[in-house]
Amino acid sequence: MLESIDTSMIDWSRAQFALTAMYHWLFVPLTLGLAVIMGLMETLYVVTGNEFWKRTVKFWMKLFGINFAVGVATGLILEFQFGTNWSNYSWFVGDIFGAPLAIEGIVAFFMEATFIAVMFFGWDKVSKKFHLASTWLTGLGATFSAWWILVANSWMQYPVGMTFNPETVRNEMTSFAAVAFSPVAVMKFIHTVLSCWMVGAVFVIGVSAWYLLRKREKEFSLASMKVAAAIGLFATLVTAGSGDQSGVQVARLQPMKLAAMEGLYDGGHSQPLTLIGDIKVPKMLSVLATHSLDGYVPGINNILQGGYELPDGGVALSTVEKMHRGQQAIAALADFRQAKQEQDTVAMAHARQTLDENMPYFGYGYVKEPNDIVPSVGLMFWSFRVMVGLGMYFMAFFALILFLSWKHQLSKVDWLYPIAVASIPLAYIASQAGWIVAEVGRQPWAIQDMLPVNAAISKLEAGSVQTTFFIFLILFTVLLIAEIGILLRAVKQGPGEH
Amino acid sequence: MDSTYIFLQNYWWFLVSLLGALLVFLLFVQGGNSLLFRLGHTEEERSLLVNSTGRKWEFTFTTLVTFGGAFFASFPLFYSTSFGGAYWLWMIILFSFVLQAVSYEFQSKLGNLLGKRTYQYFLVANGVVGPVLLGAAVATFFNGSNFLVDKANMSEQLMPVISSWANGWHGLDAFADPWNIVLGLAVFFLARLLGTLYFLNNVHHVELNGRCRRQLITDAVPFLLFFLAFVIRTLVKDGFAVHPETQAIVMAPYKYFHNLTDMPLLLVLFLLGVAGVLFGLVKSIFSVTYTKGIWFAGTGTVLTVLALLLSVGYNHTAYYPSTADLQSSLTLANSCSSLFTLKTMAYVSVLVPFVLAYIVYAWRAIDKKPITAEELKKDGHAY
Repeated sequence: MLESIDTSMIDWSRAQFALTAMYHWLFVPLTLGLAVIMGLMETLYVVTGNEFWKRTVKFWMKLFGINFAVGVATGLILEFQFGTNWSNYSWFVGDIFGAPLAIEGIVAFFMEATFIAVMFFGWDKVSKKFHLASTWLTGLGATFSAWWILVANSWMQYPVGMTFNPETVRNEMTSFAAVAFSPVAVMKFIHTVLSCWMVGAVFVIGVSAWYLLRKREKEFSLASMKVAAAIGLFATLVTAGSGDQSGVQVARLQPMKLAAMEGLYDGGHSQPLTLIGDIKVPKMLSVLATHSLDGYVPGINNILQGGYELPDGGVALSTVEKMHRGQQAIAALADFRQAKQEQDTVAMAHARQTLDENMPYFGYGYVKEPNDIVPSVGLMFWSFRVMVGLGMYFMAFFALILFLSWKHQLSKVDWLYPIAVASIPLAYIASQAGWIVAEVGRQPWAIQDMLPVNAAISKLEAGSVQTTFFIFLILFTVLLIAEIGILLRAVKQGPGEH
Repeated sequence: MDSTYIFLQNYWWFLVSLLGALLVFLLFVQGGNSLLFRLGHTEEERSLLVNSTGRKWEFTFTTLVTFGGAFFASFPLFYSTSFGGAYWLWMIILFSFVLQAVSYEFQSKLGNLLGKRTYQYFLVANGVVGPVLLGAAVATFFNGSNFLVDKANMSEQLMPVISSWANGWHGLDAFADPWNIVLGLAVFFLARLLGTLYFLNNVHHVELNGRCRRQLITDAVPFLLFFLAFVIRTLVKDGFAVHPETQAIVMAPYKYFHNLTDMPLLLVLFLLGVAGVLFGLVKSIFSVTYTKGIWFAGTGTVLTVLALLLSVGYNHTAYYPSTADLQSSLTLANSCSSLFTLKTMAYVSVLVPFVLAYIVYAWRAIDKKPITAEELKKDGHAY
């Protein structure tokens, strides 16, 4: 009997990776967001010499430290899971994918690790300017880290700068610049990092509003809210702009993801944008996806059936045809290796030609049914709307706080404080929803069109992965509860008693 | 094979080995934590110890992550085979490091759910498990692991996985070989010695310092015993050699001994390293005012581990041998990244001295004066 992969093991591996990534993403946005707010506040301290800013920044730094540790811990697990649970992936594309991770370690993590110690413990040991530089370098290290990991993630969405080598049976990098500065990576970096600034800003505003609600820490809270709202509004505008550009990229490079986001089964020209239910904005989806009123947007059925015109003028193949060509590519790989073993150069050349012709569909060769390439439409549809809806809410939220601060009315709007406090979890929900859109929308691909998750896996028993899944679930949940408990106590204690 | 390619494979093995050697040195954090209750008899003393290693734990953590990342980028087949195969071995190591990462920050904070003592136990657990398992994992480089690699599997549509573990233990089988445990224990006691030497250098507390010097003797004996046993056995045992022409893996008598004699520079590094460790140790035991032992022992550790790791990869040696199928063994040539990637990453590696320079600068700025109980009382961020 032929050996085949246990599908429940694939599902448990996916669940474990998703669990780790989602927990990791509960901590990273606040780290990136608070870093820039702390940097600005400490700059104000160094420039003005006003001890108020030192006290303020030290308080936010304390919360930053509590949050940072769990982010580091979950990040470690994420990196190693590429090897532990996705070992075939690690070989098949490790030549490209490993580089950003290594650079992240060398360039970003060491910067973070070195200067965070100075930031926390160096107040009385180094000069003011060295300390300020350390605070900024800690944030810069975290941001560099985000850059490289997002480069790696973007490459999974849009694989570029490589060629397949049948002798080593893997993809090999041919252009580092194409990988490191791919347009998808640039846009994803802007969109993701700036959205983290939003989370940081909402967190600072929410905590400050809680003090105002309790009639405490008035000066501290009003100043913190002002700085945070300015950063938050800027971040929201840039996030919205980059989101628009990302939409165009997704439409061109991952049309199935867009179709699932919109719940669009039968597409066409001049497509409307569905807001919720039957509420639609005419032609808007075509505008967002193609920046043209009558642009063509394929639906799920169109992508499965093929036959429509692609942006480059070609005709889309059906999924069945892609699967067939993928199977041809895989068979050609086997033929190539066989011919090489037999030192038959003619057969090698022939197999190589077949392989090269069908390589763009290589991953489809592992797909069992055409419908397997359709991601979860309901989850995508609602996650996208939650992300965008909350993004628009935060735009108005930051603008209002900034306006009230400018008019010196922020200390008089008691009704706003509970809303601001309640907005903290909303920021996290928006952030998580964004990643659900990005990652669930890529399924079943580990690497778009090149390697589905069932071929990216490690050969393990489902029971092993199930066990580690539950260990991680318990561990991360306990740590999350502990962190929230500590944060709440630290907030309650307040900057005054710091 | 292109000579540039061969050079880059060796260059990257050197960098990975250097990171591995630095990681073993930085395990002083774990070693020190494993002694938390043995050295620290009062809450104040334990606080001093935790705050001493607590200012350095990020370096150990970062070096571990970078070690993984550099291995991934330069030798992806190792990353794929070892992590995907020895699943449980690596998972236990990772679990212990997760517990450690939060334990510093959380232990003294109100509302921490589990209580201070639990987080201190986590530090001790990581202090024991981390070095023992990492040492055992490194020992498999000399003693072999039970895996198979077949790249032809990529053409199998139902089971395209190229690396697989040949038994159901997924890495726990490393403990079936007592020599892996011997190196694990050697690394554990070395980490404790380094941790103690670091406390002597970094913590100013009369009673603690006295206890540290006595602890050095307690840990030095088992360390020397386990370390010498592993080294002597490794030098006299058969090793996993690569035939230079055919690239076939064969067993060769006294392979690792010959590697040191064939590469005398490595032998010098190894002997210098051992001498450094012994000097730092002996002087710290016999001189009650000497506090710089960590630098000699630390440098010695880096040199010794570097020499051992280089000897297992260079001179036509299979660095990750398979006991299930000798020809599945990983060598620098059959497991490395492409020439393009190794070259690109080599350009990135020119940043390493710059990174090391700012680490040293910031480290010195923070460690100018030893930690005292008075300082902790004033420090707003003390653990």
